[in-house]
Amino acid sequence: MAVLRPARRSSSSPPPLTGLLTCVLLLVFVSAASASRDAAAGKNNETRGDPAVVTDEDSHHQSNSTAHKKAFPVLSFNYDHVRKPFEISLWILLALLMKLGFHIIPRVSNVVPESCLLIFVGLLVGGIIKAIGEEAPILDSKLFFLYLLPPIILDAGYFLPIRAFTENLGTILMFAVVGTLWNAFFVGGMMYAVCQIKGANLGEVDLLSCLLFGSIISAVDPVAVLAVFEEIHINELLHILVFGESLLNDAVTVVLYHLFEEFSHAGTVTVVDALLGVVCFFVVSLGGILVGAIYGLLGAFTSRFTSHTRVIEPLFVFLYSYMAYLSAEVFHLSGIMSLIACGVMMRPYVEANISHKSYTTMKYFLKMWSSVSETLIFIFLGVSTVAGPHAWNWTFVIFTVILCLISRVLGVVGLTFIINKFRIVKLTKKDQFIVAYGGLRGAIAFSLGFLLTKSEMKHMFLTAIITVIFFTVFVQGMTIRPLVELLAVKKKKENKGSINEEIHTQFLDHLLTGIECICGHYGHHHWKDKLNRFNKAYVKRWLIAGERSTEPQLISFYNKMEMKQAMMMVESGIAPKLPTVVSSVSMSNIQPRGAARRRAIPSISKSREEEIRKILRSNLQKTRQRLRSYSRHDLLIDPFEDTLSEIRFRKQRVEMERRMSHYLTVPANRQETPSVRKVCFESEHQVYTYDDSESPRGPTVQLNLSPPDAVSLLSESPQRPNQSSSHRDKGDGEPRERERAPDEQDEQLKLSRCLSDPGPNKEEEDGGDGSFKS
Amino acid sequence: MGASQTRSDHEHQHLTDKTGFSLEQIKNLHKRFQQLSGNEETISKEDLDRIPALANNPIKKQIIGAFFDKRNQHQDEVGSCDEIGFEQFLMVMSHFRPPTLKTTDEEKEAMRKEKLRFLFNMHDTDNDGTITLEEYRKVVEELLSKSGAIGQEAAKAIADAAMLEVASTNVPHMAPDDFYEGITFEHFEQILKGLEMESRMHIRFLDVDTTTMRCGKSTS
Repeated sequence: MAVLRPARRSSSSPPPLTGLLTCVLLLVFVSAASASRDAAAGKNNETRGDPAVVTDEDSHHQSNSTAHKKAFPVLSFNYDHVRKPFEISLWILLALLMKLGFHIIPRVSNVVPESCLLIFVGLLVGGIIKAIGEEAPILDSKLFFLYLLPPIILDAGYFLPIRAFTENLGTILMFAVVGTLWNAFFVGGMMYAVCQIKGANLGEVDLLSCLLFGSIISAVDPVAVLAVFEEIHINELLHILVFGESLLNDAVTVVLYHLFEEFSHAGTVTVVDALLGVVCFFVVSLGGILVGAIYGLLGAFTSRFTSHTRVIEPLFVFLYSYMAYLSAEVFHLSGIMSLIACGVMMRPYVEANISHKSYTTMKYFLKMWSSVSETLIFIFLGVSTVAGPHAWNWTFVIFTVILCLISRVLGVVGLTFIINKFRIVKLTKKDQFIVAYGGLRGAIAFSLGFLLTKSEMKHMFLTAIITVIFFTVFVQGMTIRPLVELLAVKKKKENKGSINEEIHTQFLDHLLTGIECICGHYGHHHWKDKLNRFNKAYVKRWLIAGERSTEPQLISFYNKMEMKQAMMMVESGIAPKLPTVVSSVSMSNIQPRGAARRRAIPSISKSREEEIRKILRSNLQKTRQRLRSYSRHDLLIDPFEDTLSEIRFRKQRVEMERRMSHYLTVPANRQETPSVRKVCFESEHQVYTYDDSESPRGPTVQLNLSPPDAVSLLSESPQRPNQSSSHRDKGDGEPRERERAPDEQDEQLKLSRCLSDPGPNKEEEDGGDGSFKS
Repeated sequence: MGASQTRSDHEHQHLTDKTGFSLEQIKNLHKRFQQLSGNEETISKEDLDRIPALANNPIKKQIIGAFFDKRNQHQDEVGSCDEIGFEQFLMVMSHFRPPTLKTTDEEKEAMRKEKLRFLFNMHDTDNDGTITLEEYRKVVEELLSKSGAIGQEAAKAIADAAMLEVASTNVPHMAPDDFYEGITFEHFEQILKGLEMESRMHIRFLDVDTTTMRCGKSTS
């Protein structure tokens, strides 16, 4: 686009300027678009005779029939046609460019959390749009609740750390339910008292409206918490406490909001209504969870059959989850809890069923959508602040902010006092402080406030809500990082995926369950164990396809680790030693040598050993599979996964060779693994004779090279496509020497020299792709 | 009843100092001990074997063995006994106490070492101070024993990989001819550093009366 090209050219200027320039240009473009929208609308209005919707073609026809014959319009302007998608895309593009810009400017993003910057940008954009005189788009509640919120919640719920969550469930529920109730009533009640103060001009605000306001402002917001906490990498316990609370308080918020909204119209509340409210709470939360669980099980069941249509697997997860959310919203149940329940229920079974690529796709799409949503939410929040009608009342706003803070602190401290009587690992004062300080309000409060019926009070409420949101996000969001450093709060430990930790986690589970049995009471571990056994015996059989349904957790963890290592090998082209430490320890160092040495091994001649090696090696080969062409419907053989299994296989083979070397006297290769540089796929069944002879130039090696789109990690790979294509032209199965053009001969020679190069070092490499026997 | 009450109270008081349990907790555990032992002074392996809920536990043998292991009594003895009294029972149970708000950092460190030592003793069956590959393999096999026939080969591979990991994190540069004897206690501590044992390896000891719960064998 013409406008963006100048931005590219100016990339030679220092990075901050680029970001700034892009932003400015984009803003200009946005305003130009909205200005031209008006112009187009104006033009349409002139040519239209009747109020019916007339397309541009009609107006063209009209003008054509009435006027003289005009020249055929080579270039015409028709903005209305694409207006809506155009504007949406433009907004999203703007949001993402902002996000990009912040990360280019390093210093700012270290101090200020991203959410603050985005709100600031929103304010700017809103200001500019208002200055132009346009109608700024506001954070429409429907847009927010139906389109922007679900991806964030699904992302959070699907990747929720289950172990930490269930271990702290009691605490989380206490904070979410009792804490939110306390906040709502405290703030509502105190605000009513404040409103009674004469001279504050707040006489018309009655108790129910205050309580309604309290219920809107009291809920901790998951979007804001996620945005801030994700950047500070706090330890898992605190993260799950604040985050879990922000998720689970949705039920309370929904019930309180509807309750008070209904009653503020009616005017009075009776005891029956209050009791109904309590019942409603249970219905809303448990109903939401039930709906989510049903959709989750359906999703898991569907994923069992998707082995032939891998491409659409991620979509099933998304759609079932979204349907769960919408279905819950239909009945005014808690959509957030439904979404979380769906994700949590689905996850273990879906992950066992779907392919690795689908899993990666799903993860990245979720992260992408939630990132976009979050960015848009904050920007719109800024824009809406500038746009919306405000009614500023000093007393109201100041007292709201102060009361919110006080009630949060009191609530957390009081509840922790009670909770610590039941917790084994108590919450310290530092933990309490972080939990209290992390109670951020966000866009949910704003959207709920926006849904109120229009009145002067609504504007006042909205102003106060926005002020609280700004205060918590800006002040608390910016200062929480230095405070965490100052208080030396434990940070999140790096998850290295250690097999030892996994073994011992399982061991501990069983050990603690056993000790509980001996002690004689049904504790936490006992029920967890029972649930696991029920899961294994009945549920897994239905929901997981194939033999993975009986795979124990330790084995699947081990397989996952192997897969990860194989992936690292493929991507880096060399063998990784071990997850973190580069070491020279190999299997030979831990295998008990004594047993092998005790056996009497007659010394064998070298050539005999070579033969033995060759035979053993060739017998270990798998048949290579053919690569299909890339067809969208035919992703049967996944070349990437094929490579992975190949890599795994090679690793195992290397281990075998190493073990073999204990019996044979020829020293084995000291390298960890062969360089994985030469990998190629056979495309046709080819009988292979592999000559291990020492001559550097006797290329009786017949290599049928794979099509260019195969994975070839060869450093000489650019040459291969040429060879293969020319080779294919000439036909297969013949010794290629005779048919090669002279210039190719050198390349071929070079190749074969590597392949038939003798000596222990190269043998491994030869073994890698030399003796392929299909 | 009154006289014996005060005598057992006195004994229990002595035990609170030794093991760190509260008086209420010791009383409850004593009741449980009586249940398991059939009102005798000592319990044997068969008494613990009879607990029905333990039957599904894959590492049942190791758990029961840990109770009769003298190394867990903190008295520098080795070997195993055939029967244990209440005091030994309590000593083993004390390994599963959680840290409190008042536990200092040094105490937490000591607690973690104690718990890790307990785990180490469970793995190191021949008591030579190291967990050899064979012993580790056995551990993984037992873990997978209830999970069907895939267990054997996979257990070996997993144990090998785990051993490799321990060796490479602790002794990164081994010459090809060196042999890694086994996991020593220091290496064990190192490899499980991330698990925060003092916060994970505990169960809830009740302060209230639990005689209504009959998880074990029925009282005769």
